[in-house]
Amino acid sequence: MRSLGVGLLLLVALAGWCAASEEFDFPPPQFSQGYEYPHVSKPSPRPDWLVYVDIGVLAAALGLAAWLALGRRHRRGLALLAVFSVLYFGFFRHGCICSVGAIQNVALAAFGSDYALPMVAGAFFLLPLLFALLFGRVFCAGVCPLGAAQEIVLLRPLRVPRWLENGLGVAPYVYLGAAVLFAGTGSAFIICDYDPFILFYRLAGSRGMLVLGLVVLLTATVIGRPYCRYLCPYGVLLRWLAPFARWRVRITPQDCISCHLCAKACPYGAIRAPTPEPGAVPRHVGRGRLAALLALIPVFVVLGGWLANVGSPILARAHPSVRLANRLWLEEQGRVEAKTEATEAFEQHERPTVEAYRTAAAIHARFRVGAWAFGGWLGLVLGIRLVGQAIRRHRSEYDADPAACVACGRCYAACPVQPTRENALGLPGASERS
Amino acid sequence: MPDKPERLTRREFLPQAVRGIGLLATGGALGALATRRSAGELVWQIDPRKCVACEHCATDCVLSPSAVKVMHEYRVCGYCNRCFAYFVDQPTDDTTAAENQRCPTNAIRRSFVEDPYHQYAIDEPKCIGCGICVKGCKEFGNGSLILQIRHDRCVNCNQCAIATACPAQAVSRVRADQPYILRRSG
Repeated sequence: MRSLGVGLLLLVALAGWCAASEEFDFPPPQFSQGYEYPHVSKPSPRPDWLVYVDIGVLAAALGLAAWLALGRRHRRGLALLAVFSVLYFGFFRHGCICSVGAIQNVALAAFGSDYALPMVAGAFFLLPLLFALLFGRVFCAGVCPLGAAQEIVLLRPLRVPRWLENGLGVAPYVYLGAAVLFAGTGSAFIICDYDPFILFYRLAGSRGMLVLGLVVLLTATVIGRPYCRYLCPYGVLLRWLAPFARWRVRITPQDCISCHLCAKACPYGAIRAPTPEPGAVPRHVGRGRLAALLALIPVFVVLGGWLANVGSPILARAHPSVRLANRLWLEEQGRVEAKTEATEAFEQHERPTVEAYRTAAAIHARFRVGAWAFGGWLGLVLGIRLVGQAIRRHRSEYDADPAACVACGRCYAACPVQPTRENALGLPGASERS
Repeated sequence: MPDKPERLTRREFLPQAVRGIGLLATGGALGALATRRSAGELVWQIDPRKCVACEHCATDCVLSPSAVKVMHEYRVCGYCNRCFAYFVDQPTDDTTAAENQRCPTNAIRRSFVEDPYHQYAIDEPKCIGCGICVKGCKEFGNGSLILQIRHDRCVNCNQCAIATACPAQAVSRVRADQPYILRRSG
């Protein structure tokens, strides 16, 4: 039995050896004068331990941001931290890896077939979320290289009208859904491909991206953080978690003199004014409207999922293998004359086209499922936002919206009152609310 | 569920519960990542079997010149009498004059070994990764010249720009402890 196994092994090895030597048309020569093959240099990648340096710097920066934003309420310190992040995570590390882009690595690891999430991507994805649960969006304050760049260039903030803010605010949810869909199906990393700042950090990029980057950067001089507010998919996750934070930016109601200066100083519209006394709409009418909207959510979800599923062949074109198969089919049918680079490359490998079709079919199948989830997600977001519009919370003081506040500290600098530490942190010793 | 501690209202309990669950989940995931045994960083690399030497490597890298350079696997080289990576298809004469060479940057050094063999070495600083020589070697020779991402240069972008542009889908993530894909191991 054992000899049979050894024999089989030998046979396999022999076959492998034959295959290996047959692969090359010209057998290597037998040198007579002791020729030695030169050494081929294979420089190693950046050593693994440096990854831990990056993670350490991220954790330290997050801790510092939390301390500056909540403990010290120090606007200038946060601005300096933003400069550091632009220099380190931006220019020094060339903007990779960042927490925003890490969403895609997580999605690929979760839904992709054979991708093991690297430590650094996982840590960059999770650490800011962990901090958001404790301290709010301090990651945005001055750690994220994308947010920090916009924070630095903001010169004269204009106020964005509430209706526009609400409308544009849907985009990040769409972007997040699309990013997860395309990354999860292994098609593309759209957050990286369309990152408007990475070009500055790498000092290289296409002309189209340069135009986009300049537009976003110029917009950011007058509209506070356009990317963070109207595009950032990671901001969506932080937005969800920040309201549950243990400590967060507070307009201390005990000390507040309702001077309105903080709300004027906030370039991101994150400080909510006190609401007028309720009573405009009778309670039972509002309740009926809410119930109707809640009942609509499942309708939106199913409708969105169905629509996206119908459009899934178009979405699937984001995957290069699908594009290749589509093109090969057109060429086979004689509908197009010219070959593309991809079909020429495919031809060189002398594989049957059926193989390409089979690969594409498998990707299409994944996209059908993904599109259901993507469309359903969009429907859910729309429904929840409508419900959110219908709910009115009563507020008697100025208050920083934890979901929108990026802890930049401008309101601290604008506030004429110096609150006590207990009040600022909401510690047990704080004086009772009136 | 809370066993009715003092004055814990529903409004207070819910955020605390969500926060607690969230902290446990993120902390747990971080711990799982850190203690995972097969955890390895990934780097980008070109599979020479899929590569068609289309010249995108030279133009699409975020670095300039590209992080991709040609690597010579000498053990695969057939030491052809007339190297198709080095010489153009129809040289004007038998010399190594510039017009007879394929390489646009004169990055291949030709040196005599023994009759009739010559050795062709890549002068790395000069190589721009255009892959013109790779194409010649692939079409007419053994394919011993291969395009590889040099990890002393690569900045390891989360999404490799060359991978996006590659028409043969030859660029993929590989484990950082085996960062090169050669035609022949060893």
